[in-house]
Amino acid sequence: MLKSLLTVLLAGILTDNIVLAKTTGICPFLGVSKKYKQAFGMGLAVIFVMLCASAVTWPIYKALEALDIKFLKTIVFILVIASLVQFVEIILKKFIPSLYKSLGVYLPLITTNCAVLGVAETNVKEGYDFITSMVSSVGVGIGFLVAMLLFAGVRTRIENCPSPKPFKGLPITLIAASIVAMAFLGFDGVVKGMLG
Amino acid sequence: MNKSKLSIFLRGIIAENPVLILVLGTCPAIAVSTSIVSAISMGLAATVVLLGSNVVISLLRKIIPDTVRIPCYIVVIAAFVTLVEMLLHAFVEPIYNLLGIWLPLIVVNCIVLGRAEMFARKNNPLDSALDGLGMGIGFLVALLSMAIFREILGEGTILKGLESFNVQPINLLFKIAEDGTMVYDFRIPILAKAPGGFLVFGILIAVMNKITAKKGGVKRKSFSCDGCPSAHLCTKTSCSEITELATDAEESSTENKEVDENA
Repeated sequence: MLKSLLTVLLAGILTDNIVLAKTTGICPFLGVSKKYKQAFGMGLAVIFVMLCASAVTWPIYKALEALDIKFLKTIVFILVIASLVQFVEIILKKFIPSLYKSLGVYLPLITTNCAVLGVAETNVKEGYDFITSMVSSVGVGIGFLVAMLLFAGVRTRIENCPSPKPFKGLPITLIAASIVAMAFLGFDGVVKGMLG
Repeated sequence: MNKSKLSIFLRGIIAENPVLILVLGTCPAIAVSTSIVSAISMGLAATVVLLGSNVVISLLRKIIPDTVRIPCYIVVIAAFVTLVEMLLHAFVEPIYNLLGIWLPLIVVNCIVLGRAEMFARKNNPLDSALDGLGMGIGFLVALLSMAIFREILGEGTILKGLESFNVQPINLLFKIAEDGTMVYDFRIPILAKAPGGFLVFGILIAVMNKITAKKGGVKRKSFSCDGCPSAHLCTKTSCSEITELATDAEESSTENKEVDENA
């Protein structure tokens, strides 16, 4: 049991990294990775929202399954996640203002992020139980944070480097992302070899 | 069809191509452009959703109150996505399995919500339908142009993924002898994986930059939330404001510390 949970966690962080292997959540990955501090805040906010979203969507899916209206899952998930983010934002603002200051500004950006809905859908598709889906969402979230931090480091270097004119801006950033993703391919099979 | 209607339709395909010029919907563009078949089916699915949601939102544009418009749009879009998902599941299951998680994720594709917000809520249903169709086909064209490179060079095949319809893929860059040994193999497998997606996408945008630079250049906003039509969904913030807010928070926290120390 513990072994399978560890496999799910490490797979989320390394081999199936949400940004660099599954290419979800690229908008924040490219948009908010210019500075370490922003990247860190965004990463933490994503972990937080993913955890909340998985915790809420799991029982909801069970309820939909029981009522035999599974096909409504996409509509229900997106609405639940969107209102959840709003709700979390209001609560943080009211009760934990210090946390709101560091995470709050990133929260609205996450609502329409495919990474969060993607994790909820993957949990359903893989048929994870509650604990496994929570562990998986934490793993995926940490994977996102790791990718953001690594790429923020790469990016600060790119800004100072000369590049051909048509490649300036987005294209060279994408190519740098490609090289970082290649590095992550090196983790292929590591988790299986370690725990398999 | 008069000229302005035609230009609404064509704009999405070339001049304002959602993926290559507006840089929207990057996630599905990189993820499903691994094969020509999945690129075309994703493009068609997104086109149907765009067409449907644009028409319905345009019809309802005088009924939906402005303050709650975004949740309303999301419900309409999600309904069309569910419809497409169910139809594909019922009639062409191999395609449904091929697209997998990316089919429900059309809901959060910024192209769909962006067109609703930017075009459909201000224009009549016919124009909105043309706009949705044009943007959808533009999305398809962008996916296809990436998929052609990635499938031929990465997988070494053409039309992979149709085996269940009795269409065998054509092997171009490799040959397997009858006893199973590889005769020759010129594939670049990394192109079919995620890094190849980033690489091909980056090079394609650079090529587009080069082409459009000759024609005076397109005004492309730097890649950040400013360039994203869903930016104002994040009601209070945009990425530039985030920088400001983050520095503000930093400053205020240091100020607080100072106050604490003084106390």
